[in-house]
Amino acid sequence: MNVPENFRYATTHEWILAEGGTGTVGITDHAQAELTDIVFAEPPPVGKTVKAGEVAAVVESVKAASDIYSPVGGEVVERNAAIEADPSLLNTDPFGAGWIFKIRLANPAEVESLKDAAAYREQIGG
Amino acid sequence: MRTPLYQAHLDAGARMVEFAGWEMPVQYAGIMQEHKAVREACGVFDISHMGEFFVEGPGAAAWLDSLLTNHLAPLPAGQAQYTLLLNERGGVIDDLIAYRLAPEKFLLVVNAAKIAEDAAWFEKYRAAGVAFADRSSEFAALAIQGPQSPAVFEKLFHRPMPAERNRVLEMPGGSYTATTGYTGENGFEWIMPATEATAAWKAALEAGAVPCGLGARDTLRLEMCYPLNGSDLSPDRTPLEAGLGFFVDLKKPAFTGREALLAQKQHSVLPHKLCAIRATEKSPPLRPHYRVFANGEPVTETTSGALSPTLGCGIALAYLPPAYCDPGQELEIEIRERRFRAQVVKKPFLKKP
Repeated sequence: MNVPENFRYATTHEWILAEGGTGTVGITDHAQAELTDIVFAEPPPVGKTVKAGEVAAVVESVKAASDIYSPVGGEVVERNAAIEADPSLLNTDPFGAGWIFKIRLANPAEVESLKDAAAYREQIGG
Repeated sequence: MRTPLYQAHLDAGARMVEFAGWEMPVQYAGIMQEHKAVREACGVFDISHMGEFFVEGPGAAAWLDSLLTNHLAPLPAGQAQYTLLLNERGGVIDDLIAYRLAPEKFLLVVNAAKIAEDAAWFEKYRAAGVAFADRSSEFAALAIQGPQSPAVFEKLFHRPMPAERNRVLEMPGGSYTATTGYTGENGFEWIMPATEATAAWKAALEAGAVPCGLGARDTLRLEMCYPLNGSDLSPDRTPLEAGLGFFVDLKKPAFTGREALLAQKQHSVLPHKLCAIRATEKSPPLRPHYRVFANGEPVTETTSGALSPTLGCGIALAYLPPAYCDPGQELEIEIRERRFRAQVVKKPFLKKP
């Protein structure tokens, strides 16, 4: 399972890549493999504010709908419309083209409290 | 419970789920891929969880005709027939396939979730001159489905697959094949002693069939509007309401539920009918128990729903009041507090030539 080093991870299988005051959020390779064929994705609207751990987006596989939680608090500043048009990007490139939204960090320290790659790798057992 | 193929599923990379008390594969490579394999090539499903009942004796045909909706008496030996078991109110206990193995010998293949209930029902109505036996635990079964099924059949049995639908063959070693299925594709189902299951599974894979799970089985059957008992059929809905009148022979002198169906037929309209609904705007996949609105008012909920892998849009079944059953009827389906446009369409969703 791919777990890139420079990302931070929530126990609920979202990643965040913070640069300056904003972070890009998506789901992990492990999460996409567990969800299987993703056929629908609904990124949050720009301007939506969320707290850490709140539902920010929904993705659906053929079998089930799954909530995606924001790993940090803040305001959504960009949403990835490409995953609405082609939800399979979440399966094929979860850490790249399959990103879900960008968030202006309410509290940059929240990022540091998330798991690093080693800790997340341990959580998913490898 | 586990079928004899439990280990074979794990070896093939299956993701297992609980279904009707059984640990069954929901998917291997992926539902979309498996669905496509069945529509375009050939897939194999483990259906060993389903029940096998044997009914034998000089009175077997007449006895079954007194309990099942379709007419078995005129069915020749070597043919299979889709039929329903009803309660006195005309509600559906189960839908099943009856195989006439010989003039006085029948095999009934019933839904996994209903084995105990069906068996108890048949036992309750037991008649002289008829031997009834639930032999579900002795048998395994595979469904081999898709346009390449005839080639797979030929590799397995060294003889051509019957071109005729619903044709039953007795094979050496106590197994049976029938050109039946739940996918809308050409193919066959193969019922065999449980001890033969692993070898049969391996042989099917070697012959080119792709392992397919319950996920694809559900999307395939839903595209064809084949009902799933427990979701689309229930003890409170009659086969007439479910649109299965073709499999009900009301001219038969008597069978359980017939009076209720005749009474229902005397009214010019049914209280509701199982309709096919297709999303007409981009929406999340439709799923069971989503609320359905007509003219802004909630009128029912979906009984089944999915994203159709073939059509690429949401599809569902729902019991609608007669005023809303005509194809073209505009509806809305509520998903996470939002409503999406949908329309009643003619069954099935997928038109096969």
